[in-house]
Amino acid sequence: MQLDDLNAIAEKHRSSRKKIIVRTCMSAGCMSSQADVIKKNLEAEAKAQGLDADVEVRRVGCMGFCGQGPLVGVDENGQHGLWEFVKPEDAPAIIAALKGGECKVQRGDPKHPFFAKQMHIVRANGGIIDPERIEDYIAIGGYKALHHSLTELQPAQVVEEITKSGLRGRGGAGFPTGLKWGTVAKSPGAKKYIVCNGDEGDPGAFMDRSVLESDPHLVLEGMAIAAYAVGADQGYLYVRAEYPLAISRLQIAIKQAKQLGLLGAGVFETPFNFNVDIRIGAGAFVCGEETALMASVEGKRGTPRPRPPFPAASGLWGCPTLINNVETFANISAIINRGGAWYAGIGTEKSKGTKVFALTGKIKNNGLIEVPMGIPLRQIVMEMGGGAPDGRQVKSVQTGGPSGGCIPADYLDTPVDYESLTKLGSIMGSGGMVVMDDSTNMVEIAKFYMEFCMEESCGKCIPCRAGTVQMFNLLEKITQRKATARDLAKLEELCDMVKNTSLCGLGQTAPNPVVSTLKFFRKEYEELLQPDPFGPHSNGAAKPQAK
Amino acid sequence: MAAKTLTIDGKQISAEEGATVLQAATEAGIVIPTLCHLEGVYDVGACRLCIVEVTGTPKLLPACTTKVAEGMEIKTDSERLRKYRRMILELLFAERNHVCAVCVSNGHCELQTLAYSQGLDHVRYEYTFPKWKVDTTHNLFGMDHNRCVLCSRCVRVCWHIEGAGTKNVSGRGGKSQIITDLNQPWGEAESCTSCGKCVQSCPTGALFHKGSTVGEMERDRGKLEFIVTAREKKQWIATD
Amino acid sequence: MIATMTQKKPSRLKAVLEHASGDKRFKILEVHMKKNQFRQDALIEVLHKAQELFGYLEDDLLLFVSYKLKLPPSRVYGVATFYHFFNLKPQGEHTCVICLGTACYVKGADKIMAAMQEKLKIKSGETTPDGKVSLLTARCIGACGIAPAITYDGHVAPKQTPEMALEKIKSWT
Repeated sequence: MQLDDLNAIAEKHRSSRKKIIVRTCMSAGCMSSQADVIKKNLEAEAKAQGLDADVEVRRVGCMGFCGQGPLVGVDENGQHGLWEFVKPEDAPAIIAALKGGECKVQRGDPKHPFFAKQMHIVRANGGIIDPERIEDYIAIGGYKALHHSLTELQPAQVVEEITKSGLRGRGGAGFPTGLKWGTVAKSPGAKKYIVCNGDEGDPGAFMDRSVLESDPHLVLEGMAIAAYAVGADQGYLYVRAEYPLAISRLQIAIKQAKQLGLLGAGVFETPFNFNVDIRIGAGAFVCGEETALMASVEGKRGTPRPRPPFPAASGLWGCPTLINNVETFANISAIINRGGAWYAGIGTEKSKGTKVFALTGKIKNNGLIEVPMGIPLRQIVMEMGGGAPDGRQVKSVQTGGPSGGCIPADYLDTPVDYESLTKLGSIMGSGGMVVMDDSTNMVEIAKFYMEFCMEESCGKCIPCRAGTVQMFNLLEKITQRKATARDLAKLEELCDMVKNTSLCGLGQTAPNPVVSTLKFFRKEYEELLQPDPFGPHSNGAAKPQAK
Repeated sequence: MAAKTLTIDGKQISAEEGATVLQAATEAGIVIPTLCHLEGVYDVGACRLCIVEVTGTPKLLPACTTKVAEGMEIKTDSERLRKYRRMILELLFAERNHVCAVCVSNGHCELQTLAYSQGLDHVRYEYTFPKWKVDTTHNLFGMDHNRCVLCSRCVRVCWHIEGAGTKNVSGRGGKSQIITDLNQPWGEAESCTSCGKCVQSCPTGALFHKGSTVGEMERDRGKLEFIVTAREKKQWIATD
Repeated sequence: MIATMTQKKPSRLKAVLEHASGDKRFKILEVHMKKNQFRQDALIEVLHKAQELFGYLEDDLLLFVSYKLKLPPSRVYGVATFYHFFNLKPQGEHTCVICLGTACYVKGADKIMAAMQEKLKIKSGETTPDGKVSLLTARCIGACGIAPAITYDGHVAPKQTPEMALEKIKSWT
């Protein structure tokens, strides 16, 4: 495989394209409502109505507007149409509509703020290309960034370009990607590894699933470029077992890329070798933590270990290892193609580029959005999301999952970037954004997350293992109206201790949902408290003393 | 090896490069409380009792896995650290059923000693009173899960000193448990060599020699260190 | 004491290997391990395959895996019990996995769970006494756009209500 071959594939594919493309979303959300049958029916119907010469019915990945699914898009002469809530029996009408026939299926508006305010880098091909055909990816310019890196850039130049882009880790913590790559590149060692963290464990987040299901080659290409930059020849893609569709599409993608010589030995006929293996998770939230994830890749119990040493110095089997999140890798080829400076021009001073969010919960427009960093939360929730349904008010927005916090509606004008969210006691996290309306009880939400952390604690360190149990019990006591001010003080004291003494990120952030709801919704806690029979000794540590 | 100079609790000391803060402190006669640490096996930084404050680092670091560095300024004792350590111990006492008065290790128990040294006189958290089993199926040893603190010392000696791999941790979170083989009665665990190293390693009364009664279970930790040193430094093992 | 210590017990492993030789599924599992070059770090992959073949991971199966991968049994058991995805007990004829992720939770997944527990008279994680239905929970299946979601026998169903879930169960029992 050389550049000419790549261009030939792209050209051949482009020239064989039909006039009208009917795109059927076949991501996990729409698949649950028979998207596969819809596609089959559309194909049969195109044939039956004599349109199969002009119409291509294409399987595509996530279009983003999951709440309105199943979705079918139509491209004709540069015009884009969208059908929502499609049922298998709607196929004849949709095909007939291509010839100007009447169709009662709900029409979507591609100019709706939900779409109009988005900016696509990571999701540029999602909902457009067939994720199971490498030709589709090549036809829109795929693997060119890898070719460019291998043939025209030195590894150090690749790292420099990523550093220049200002890209920060999309897994949640926001560590500068270029700095991480540079550290791994400089770490001595003949054997190095690349790990893609696709263990998207935050409940309420599905960005990585969507990217893997819609555009698997984008992630593979990003990993390959990273491998070249740091000098690795083996990669592992760690995906949750809960994402079977993503796993099967990745398996197909890896096989196709190997067949074309885009992965494996001598990529693009250069001395660069890169193999990727899939590692399937088995249901452990803690495996999103990088040292736990590495233990899991090695086939062990997914318990974290203290850092340092960091994976960049001593990772998989003691070798220097680069670990990045799915979305981080998905940004790489665009940065190489268009330059770090271009990427750095998007977003805010400290948070560059775009971020994909899963907008869910009590909100009118559910789905996946990609927006430039720094966009005010209000625009996302009220304009794109359309606010809370059923005439209710938005009360708070939860970001960052069990490690994050609840941002009250009063702070909706906050720009969405790493620092602003941290300042409010929440975090950017991997991109889950769960909207709560005014019927939501915030203490219950805090308890929900604490139960999550308690059950997902690996049990290795005491503060997290036993502390989450005690914190959950105290929250239960509060919601049952059996707690006193002293119990609340105990809870706050435990939050502080677990945060500061736990071994890994899970424990260190487990108190966040409690701390942030206490900060903004303390009244809801206090309303549930009972008078203390021992009087106002509310600092928890003090015992009532007899004089 | 190059030496590093650092300050621990205001005392200037020097330590070998690659040494841990815990080693450096111990050598200088400074006591840092530990529970999951055991001489002879590698450290896991799990109990968090040995956390120390390092100037310039916002996070508290475990002394057992943190390596010394030039110019490091360390505080091993402060109001905050004492409070956290006490809370960790309180959590442990509330987690399982630790009743010193009827325990084989009464008077020789590391958990008990730690509680005394940290000034713990009562537990503010609600006891969970879980129902754990006592396994006395082994000919020589017994295991009372009610007294286990999940420090994993027995697992580490079983794997890394004896090399049998009989013991491990199963489950996760508060449901974690020390198991033998496929979570079967110890007496039926075919891989166990009955070497007794795990019993020597246990900080509490969870592992004991059969037949010991209240307060009788004393352990000889030196044995473990002796074996490891002999093996690693080949002190008396013929090499030719 | 010495006499009792050296007493020969029948080897469990021997019995397992004998039993395995007559079961085709063990052969398929071994082929899968071979494909992974019997690498010990492929343990989780192998357990996935074993569960796919046998439905759940019983002790003999774990012992077989530990023998073939040359790992101590305790290591295999420790891994199998660490991850939620592995079942050490047989599952019901049908499985109903209620997603309890945040998006599903705020949209009423807890109410579905309560209704199902009441109807089936079992708790989450249990199987009905007649072995028909296993009621399970998921931490988040990433189908938040169509919350609340339930996976019935491996198929995801969108926007569920307690009524819809009870109706589905009715068709099973």
